[in-house]
Amino acid sequence: MEDLLFEIQLALPQVILGVINGAFYALLSLGLAVIFGMLNVINFAHGAQFTLGAFVAWMLLSWLGIGYWPALILAPLIVGAIGVAMERAMISRLYRIDHLYGLLLTFGCALVIEGVLRNNFGSSGQRYAPPREFGALDLELGDFFLPGYRVWVLIAATTVCLATWLVIEKTKVGSYLRAATERPQLVQAFGINVPLMMTLTYGAGVALAAFAGVLAAPIYSVSPAMGANFIITVFAVVVIGGMGSIAGSIVTGFMLGLIQGITEVFWPEASQTVVFVIMAIVLLTRPAGLFGRA
Amino acid sequence: MAEGSIATASPGAPPATDEATFFGFTRPQAAAFLALVVIVLASPFVVYPFFLMKLLCFALFACAFNLLIGYVGLLSFGHAAYFGMGAYVSGYAAKAWGVTPEVAILLGAATGALLGIPFGWLAIRRTGIYFAMITLALAQMVYFFCVQAPFTGGEDGIQAIPRGHLFGIFDLSSDFAMYWVVAGVFLGGFLLIHRVVHSPFGQVLKAIRDNEPRAISLGYRTDDYKLMAFVLSAGLAGLAGAVKALAMRIATLTDVLWTMSGEVVLMSLVGGLGTIFGPVAGAAAIVTMQTYLAEFGAWVLVIQGVIFIAAVLAFRRGIVGEIGNLLRVKL
Repeated sequence: MEDLLFEIQLALPQVILGVINGAFYALLSLGLAVIFGMLNVINFAHGAQFTLGAFVAWMLLSWLGIGYWPALILAPLIVGAIGVAMERAMISRLYRIDHLYGLLLTFGCALVIEGVLRNNFGSSGQRYAPPREFGALDLELGDFFLPGYRVWVLIAATTVCLATWLVIEKTKVGSYLRAATERPQLVQAFGINVPLMMTLTYGAGVALAAFAGVLAAPIYSVSPAMGANFIITVFAVVVIGGMGSIAGSIVTGFMLGLIQGITEVFWPEASQTVVFVIMAIVLLTRPAGLFGRA
Repeated sequence: MAEGSIATASPGAPPATDEATFFGFTRPQAAAFLALVVIVLASPFVVYPFFLMKLLCFALFACAFNLLIGYVGLLSFGHAAYFGMGAYVSGYAAKAWGVTPEVAILLGAATGALLGIPFGWLAIRRTGIYFAMITLALAQMVYFFCVQAPFTGGEDGIQAIPRGHLFGIFDLSSDFAMYWVVAGVFLGGFLLIHRVVHSPFGQVLKAIRDNEPRAISLGYRTDDYKLMAFVLSAGLAGLAGAVKALAMRIATLTDVLWTMSGEVVLMSLVGGLGTIFGPVAGAAAIVTMQTYLAEFGAWVLVIQGVIFIAAVLAFRRGIVGEIGNLLRVKL
């Protein structure tokens, strides 16, 4: 019995780290799903926009002395505005042609963002210290210590995910959005400005990525490659969940983070590949994804 | 297939009539091919063979990629996996086992094809953007494998790969000698792809691209055809990687990274998706750009991104597609 307790105590940090990773997967795949639902575009720049969020927070702090809390609001707004400009200038021209072009275009945008960041900040990471007040949230259970900031990340990510879900499923704006996803022409005929909705949806999805980036800045080092490392795993998460449902992408994100954490305990070498193996299994059994519609 | 589809980006070109004159080439294609052969044969006397070898390896890689997107309509975003694994295996075989170059190259190509079997089998369950995401994710798995596996040499990669003696006779240590092997493999691969595309098998592939339900209703097992095309494409990508490992004498993690998958997409897009000569022209353009801009470091990434954006927004037919459109021929 004591052995088991000891084992659990050893495993707990990894599992919690996994869940925190899962929070990022959930935020990112949620943004991808929102954008895909409305625009039918897979936003390959999502990882770069996540990185951009972290860098904007870092720049606000180091150049302007603006701290974490304002950055948590400002960075998503700034990056979201960049997203709106991208949608207006480029992505909106591609809605009538093969959706793969949207993927290629946003891939190009990702390269530009990553390249510019690399030119200005180098490949190595910048440190972004979390505000001190998170010390109050520190969790200590025996030998196990969880920094308060990570507790906050879990709370914030879960809250934002739930809020997004509520907005889409339970509000009037959300009902317009869902209707426009299904039948854009019909919704437009009712006098709703669908192109504007698409622009704002893209901006909102991008802002979610940037929000995740600010949350991640104090945990991971702020480096130009941080988003690229995340986004490919998130693509696998999206394939596993299927992009049919908003709730589905949130649940899948957290679940896969958890599974990754558990794998880290039992077979550390496989922890990075386990998501891809699960993707393969899901493709064999439910090609449309766990929550997807064929 | 839907209007504005990615695989048929050159609608201005006249329909492919089967007025094949020579080896499945139409008259303008035959002229272009002869020009290509002359360029391949003459250029090592003018340009550095080392640069040309790199160019031809990537040209073959892009042709292999284009086989899937251009003729089956499947956009793979994970072709670096086959290219990189081909490079690693041939490099390792040549260095650690001391096999002759032709054996090393064949091993590399076989690795690409073998890897393509399970990956293709999984990925063809979906199409469109899902196919792209699945191939990308599977390739990332290969990347993580290569980071951890002992034989790849981790961050250093496999360096100073010996080129050895072709068939145990011809010494390939000089770039000039190696160039002819690369040129032979490239032209062979190019003709093979062309032959496949213009065979009855290739016609079925195009039928699947244009209207899969109809191909199924005509009694074709479309999944078998897609898988065969996928494995062929992966094998040729492995071949390109294997030759590259010997020619450049190095195989590293860069070869399996997702940026490499993006690069081959870019080459084919710039040259002209779904055209026979497009990937070659695109590879030439991108490799030349990379070589001349190498000193600018990360700006290369930015420029590649800008080219991507420009090509998608304004230049979807690519170089060869535009030329073909101007001359009203299918190249």
